[in-house]
Amino acid sequence: MLAYLVKRIFQAIGVMFVISLIGFAIQDNLGDPLRELVGQSVTEEVRQELREELGLNDSFTKQYTRFLGNALHGDLGTSYFFKEPALDVILKKLPATLELVFGATLIIVCLSVPLGVMTAIRPNAILSKFIMGASIIGISIPVFLTAILMIYVFSVGYGWLPSFGRGDVVHVFGDWDTNFANVDGLRHIIMPSFALASIMLPLFVRLIRAEMMEVLQSEYVKYARAKGIRPWRIYFVHALKNTLLPVITVGGVQIGTMVAYTILTETVFQWPGMGFMFLEAVNRVDTPLIVAYLIVVGFIFVVTNTVVDLIYGLVNPTVKLARLGA
Amino acid sequence: MSLLSVRDLTVKFAMRDGNVTALNQVSFDLARGERLGIVGESGAGKSITGFSLMNLLSSPGYIADGTIQFQGQDIVNLPDAKMRNIRGNRMAMIFQDPMVTLNPVLTIGQQMVETLKAHRRLSKAEAEQIAIMKLRQVYIPSPEERLMQYPHELSGGMRQRIVIAIVLLLDPELIIADEPTTALDVTIQADIMELLLELCQSAKVGLILITHDLGVVSQMTDRTLVMYAGRIIEAGSTREIINDPQHPYTQGLINALPQQTAPGQRLKQIPGSMPSLTAVPKGCPFEPRCAFATDVCRSTPPEIVRHAHVEVACHEVNRLHAPQQEGQSA
Ligand SMILES: Nc1ncnc2c1ncn2[C@@H]1O[C@H](COP(=O)(O)OP(=O)(O)OP(=O)(O)O)[C@@H](O)[C@H]1O
Ligand SMILES: [Mg+2]
Repeated sequence: MLAYLVKRIFQAIGVMFVISLIGFAIQDNLGDPLRELVGQSVTEEVRQELREELGLNDSFTKQYTRFLGNALHGDLGTSYFFKEPALDVILKKLPATLELVFGATLIIVCLSVPLGVMTAIRPNAILSKFIMGASIIGISIPVFLTAILMIYVFSVGYGWLPSFGRGDVVHVFGDWDTNFANVDGLRHIIMPSFALASIMLPLFVRLIRAEMMEVLQSEYVKYARAKGIRPWRIYFVHALKNTLLPVITVGGVQIGTMVAYTILTETVFQWPGMGFMFLEAVNRVDTPLIVAYLIVVGFIFVVTNTVVDLIYGLVNPTVKLARLGA
Repeated sequence: MSLLSVRDLTVKFAMRDGNVTALNQVSFDLARGERLGIVGESGAGKSITGFSLMNLLSSPGYIADGTIQFQGQDIVNLPDAKMRNIRGNRMAMIFQDPMVTLNPVLTIGQQMVETLKAHRRLSKAEAEQIAIMKLRQVYIPSPEERLMQYPHELSGGMRQRIVIAIVLLLDPELIIADEPTTALDVTIQADIMELLLELCQSAKVGLILITHDLGVVSQMTDRTLVMYAGRIIEAGSTREIINDPQHPYTQGLINALPQQTAPGQRLKQIPGSMPSLTAVPKGCPFEPRCAFATDVCRSTPPEIVRHAHVEVACHEVNRLHAPQQEGQSA
């Protein structure tokens, strides 16, 4: 177990290293930091001096090592626009994004399992066929279109739900304000969460359905029937556990991916999270912020993947973690 | 009253291009505590017969005709909840491959306890006591520890013993064993068969043993059915069938046994192969491979009739056996 853990952590560090390299390469090639810092009016001599002072004339390796060293100390540069450490800017926006991802995950988990199981055990029911048809539509419509349609119907049309912002949030601690503490907050997070879930949810329904149907054909399910086990126990104890094992792995990766999908959702709903911030940073060519965003998102991605792998090892009795580590 | 009485059982598969008949008017009886072997080549319909008895055919297969009476009760049209009370309880089945019959994510204990609880009102502790007792009966060492283990922690032979223990949990009257040892090491095969025989004999349990090994059948069973292309072509006491087979196909099977062949000689295989279900000849299904086939064999399917000490479905059986029997009686 320990060996496996150490191995996975080393892999994660390797991936983070590559991400940092990419981040640095972007910073190195995107825009001129001097122009952002001092504007046009400064003479060439002063510029050269500043360059030397900032270490911009150093070799690539030297600059990269410095970048990495700073990053390890939590210094990902200073945002040109906010004049604040880039990491601080992002961390302030992080809770809003994580709450959105959490809302979408909640929707996916709560709906995909019952819908996937239902369509698998009653493949010919009209409701199953409707769900499968709807899932195809859900997958093929881009997130921003779904979001705009939802605003059009539920905000503009019926006026049921607010169309932008986080609404009335409740302060928890630090930079964390939550949408989940009062009705107004909840009303604001419903549509963005559904929009964010709109691609993953149908994907998961189909994935669970396909896995479940395969499991239902297996010998051990047939054997459970031959033992006289009740159908609901066969579905939810014998089949579902075997169905969800592979789904967990895919699922964890997808949650990581959803952090990136938030860019679109947050922009449409003016959700003050880091995806919205990222798009603004791109518009302003705020290079340190862009790079910091990439590194933070990469970090979240790597952490979720590692955790998911470890959980998979824990819940699946046939995966011997000790052996995997060897 | 017999334990099991099957009459004209016909099973079909609904295929895109029409139905195919997988079992054709199969009839047989099983007395209480009797052991019956079903032999035949791959695809003959042995497993389909076993699953039909459990009323466990999965689509596209369905029972198109016939009756199955288990202890006087017709189970073909039994509501699912009632059938569930019989399965695993009064009639239990052992599957072919123990590596895939146990659920990989449930412990042995969970899989045993759930079986008991499906049929009896018992506490978990009581159920575990019974499970441990049954594991002892099939010679599983330290059964208490086994209950906590997952199937993948055990060897194939051990898993099949556990499957047998699960089958015994509710003291069934009939056990259907579908090639219970084909997936196991040769060395373990004999052990498992011996165990099964011992358990059936001591508890007077009826056994239907499905296999293509005539040697096993001769050691294990009282009576034998020989199946070919979804039909019974010969039925009778195992001893008669092994010693004096009547149907040319059964004779071929017995001649192909290694014991019947001198060392170094090639095994005498029956030439040709069994017809697929979509292309069964309109006369006798065995006719294309039969050395004694005549015109009537090509045109009319033979009825199963009493001959010598067995029942046999062959037009030419009189001609085949006449000289031998005259010789014997003279
Ligand atoms: N799901 C199915 N759909 C269509 N045909 C099937 C299906 N299952 C079985 N069959 C057909 O039914 C016939 C009998 O199959 P069965 O499994 O009973 O053979 P068997 O005698 O048990 O053979 P084996 O020794 O290989 O186990 C076979 O020809 C097979 O092709
Ligand atoms: Mg079979």
